[in-house]
Amino acid sequence: MTTLFEKIGGQASVNAAIDPFYRRVLGDPYVSRFFEGVDMVKQAEKQRTFLTMAFGGPHNYSGLDMRKGHKHLVHEMGLNGTHFDHILAHLRSTLAGLGVGEALIAEVVAVAESTRADVLDL
Amino acid sequence: MPDISFEGITYDCAADETVLDSLTRHGVLLPSGCRSGSCHACKVKAIKGKPPVASQAGLREPLKEQNYFLACMCKPDEALEIALADASDKYSATVIEKSWLNDTVVRIRLTRPEGFNYRAGQFINLLRTSDQLARSYSLASIEGDDFLEVHIKRVPEGRMSNWLCDELQQDQEISFFGPSGSCFYVQGKAEQPLLLAGTGTGLAPLYGIARDAIRAGHTGPIQLFHASHGAEGLYYSSELEQLAAAHAQLTCTACVLQGDIPEGALSGAVDAAVVNRLGDLAGYRVFLCGDAPVVELMQRSFFFAGASMQDIYADAFSFTPAG
Repeated sequence: MTTLFEKIGGQASVNAAIDPFYRRVLGDPYVSRFFEGVDMVKQAEKQRTFLTMAFGGPHNYSGLDMRKGHKHLVHEMGLNGTHFDHILAHLRSTLAGLGVGEALIAEVVAVAESTRADVLDL
Repeated sequence: MPDISFEGITYDCAADETVLDSLTRHGVLLPSGCRSGSCHACKVKAIKGKPPVASQAGLREPLKEQNYFLACMCKPDEALEIALADASDKYSATVIEKSWLNDTVVRIRLTRPEGFNYRAGQFINLLRTSDQLARSYSLASIEGDDFLEVHIKRVPEGRMSNWLCDELQQDQEISFFGPSGSCFYVQGKAEQPLLLAGTGTGLAPLYGIARDAIRAGHTGPIQLFHASHGAEGLYYSSELEQLAAAHAQLTCTACVLQGDIPEGALSGAVDAAVVNRLGDLAGYRVFLCGDAPVVELMQRSFFFAGASMQDIYADAFSFTPAG
């Protein structure tokens, strides 16, 4: 059986997606404030972890980690579902820009979508 | 089975066992997190022996070159002596020379202690022994120099900088820890264009990095920008001019935010001025040093101008408030 991570091209695809994805997120004034004031290199590493997870790759972050990591953004900075939707849209556009097919994009977005409740502390 | 030495004790590592698992089994707990190579919490350094390539996947080039590796991903194929990531030794050196580079920046040259190895662009932590006050200063010298060079900016009310500027005398001994930092030139891709941009004494590491790249045979264009609030904050203009005259691949440009603009210099915010001058930064390797807010601004602007985040190396200086 071929996994999602294999179908999408593995670590090389994560590497190819990081810069364009992070540029889209930082360039979107609706969500960029959640990324400001944090070391950009560290931030880019977090994007790598997020993309690896969404691409179905090896990771070791539990829903609880996800919840803890975003809690202050939700309760102190007002992170909500609309912001989450923006991130998913940027993920979608990034993959489309890299020539990933619609069916695979849908699979990746579904994995990312599955973290919604944890990220938003619902 | 390869042995792992850590803090003077040797532990055996079983076949197919990682360094992290082995040490854990022996009751030595390293900092760790994901155990899958993503979080980098268990990053350690091999002081002796070569870590396997797989244990360095995902680390940036300067860290690989310093034999950093991820303990959770390391199944060693030879004996390793390891140390925690921030371990650095203490050295003692003598002040050879002090000279003012402009009204607020003094250059201090120190003897190079035996056994002290570093990469141009790294920094050391100078120590005032009387009260253990320590501050970080980047090295402007390179491995081939027989002295160490730092540039000290006088910070109003700054305890360390005022002591270094006014009290520290030639021939006096001074201690330091180091080297630290990962903002330096790594060999390979000799034709890649380099962008070096810094403010104030951010020039110190950039001057070292530029000379180090040239010495390593870098052939691609090297664009060095020295930014300052006003023209009076610039220094080393003639050194940069001479270096550029001797090496065709190097171009040095000053940039001032306001006031009189020296001949050939750019004016305005350095991030915009550089993008305006160079255009698309895709493919550039970028080194940024100096005041934290400006370094962060440049990091962002240059990333948007096409530089890959993987290729941006930054050393943001923080100035400790007086007190």
